Amino acid sequence: MDNELDATFGALADPTRRAILARLCRSDAAVLELAEPFDMSQPAISKHLKVLERAGLIARGRDAQRRPCRLEPRRLKQAADWLGTYRQFWEASYARLDGYLLELQAKEKTHDAKKTRNHRRAR
Amino acid sequence: MTPRKLEIIAEPGKTSFTTRRIVDAPRELVFQAFTKCEHLKRWMGPRSLTMVSCETDLRPGGRYRFVFRSPDGNEVGFSGEFREIVRPERIVRTFVYEPIPDAAALETLELEETDGRTTIRTTTVHKTVENRDGHVGSGLEGGMSDGYARLDELLAGLLQAR
Repeated sequence: MDNELDATFGALADPTRRAILARLCRSDAAVLELAEPFDMSQPAISKHLKVLERAGLIARGRDAQRRPCRLEPRRLKQAADWLGTYRQFWEASYARLDGYLLELQAKEKTHDAKKTRNHRRAR
Repeated sequence: MTPRKLEIIAEPGKTSFTTRRIVDAPRELVFQAFTKCEHLKRWMGPRSLTMVSCETDLRPGGRYRFVFRSPDGNEVGFSGEFREIVRPERIVRTFVYEPIPDAAALETLELEETDGRTTIRTTTVHKTVENRDGHVGSGLEGGMSDGYARLDELLAGLLQAR
């Protein structure tokens, strides 16, 4: 995973930032609008926006007053693709692990049963 | 039996992401399966990949390395160093995908047993994020605890909503 994806996942690990992204799915919005549903100061929201912007998940307009935010789907797609590959690798691995653990436990049982039998015989 | 779902989640303050998966075996056995090459070769990676090399020196400071070969003959290595080992419940290790050696991560594997089943939990923290977002997280995320998000579902949802 490269640094861009690190930043993306780091940014997504926060519920406020996820809520902001969900809001931006509907339409572009300025800081004041984004701050409305949260019990948070505007500077606090601005900090979250900076994290999202640095992660490439949003872009901000040039209008100095409003600086409207919009979602950047390219980075979202990149992260979704990476996760897809990761999921495929580990889902396949865990599915094999399920079977393998069953096999190991079956072997253990046979082994234990033999031990018990031998033990009884020795007595 | 259909395989259980692998959860990939983002939790506040736990960059970058966490995975959770339940298996039907006691954790002692799961710990062995995750740490011994004779076992790892039998399950790690999709069937299309062959683990052609496996080394693990399971002690703090010890190194590990796995090499996989794809059907087209390409080989790719994953390696790192063990930092902490608590048998049979916890392993902390660094992780490097060798084609991108700069993007090292710190992985924590935690095993929790309930009624003979084991929950396998992995947390992957990328060092760059740790450094970069550490100070941001401390101030902003205090008191926020409304749970985790299923990362891939979240991403799919956001992309779809566009």
